[in-house]
Amino acid sequence: MIDVLYFAWVRERIGLPRETVETCAATVADLVAELVAREDRYAAAFADLSSLRVALDQELSDFSAPLAGVREVAFFPPMTGG
Amino acid sequence: MRILVQAEAFDAGAELNAFSNATGGIGAIVTFTGIVRDSTQGDLAAMEIEHYPGMTERALTAIAAQASARWNLADCLVIHRYGRLLATDPIMMVATAAAHRTAAFAAAEFLMDYLKSRAPFWKKELTDTGAGWVQARDDDEAALTRWQS
Repeated sequence: MIDVLYFAWVRERIGLPRETVETCAATVADLVAELVAREDRYAAAFADLSSLRVALDQELSDFSAPLAGVREVAFFPPMTGG
Repeated sequence: MRILVQAEAFDAGAELNAFSNATGGIGAIVTFTGIVRDSTQGDLAAMEIEHYPGMTERALTAIAAQASARWNLADCLVIHRYGRLLATDPIMMVATAAAHRTAAFAAAEFLMDYLKSRAPFWKKELTDTGAGWVQARDDDEAALTRWQS
């Protein structure tokens, strides 16, 4: 079980801010593949990974990172604060 | 070091005075205040700022700690708002206090550069013609490389 959070247009495309996912995915990329296979809205959100960022337990990471021990995964576009 | 992530408005002048009083006797204080800009068409109805509660505070604290160590700051302050803002509203401010101005200026620029690209905030502009997420700029990312030498 892993908490998956979505922000900004990723949240809008998928249609929810967070969900709990039952997964055995080894890496972030594997988790993305599982989500994309579910429904079109996930495929739309994850169509271009180069335009997405990922955080594992609230630290920026990358799509090849392992998920072992991770409790919270967040997907979002490049940040635009300031 | 003080990190505030809040929906409420803040008074940049009052914050500067309080920051200045708390760091009495230091040689240099630099502040930057970011303001909501109108759209290029001049029709900005509102700006909505989304953030990632928890990660936002962690990221800002890490960035401020880096700046404090690198420039030996006496103190630093970061305030960033989220929620619905209007044109001319202050969005955020940073303040740095150091013995000399070069350190205070450099640390403030470092804080701003990292805050823009590494703190989880996203801006959405609402205008008369619709709504759109503000795109990250390539030069925001490029700005970080000058600090990595």
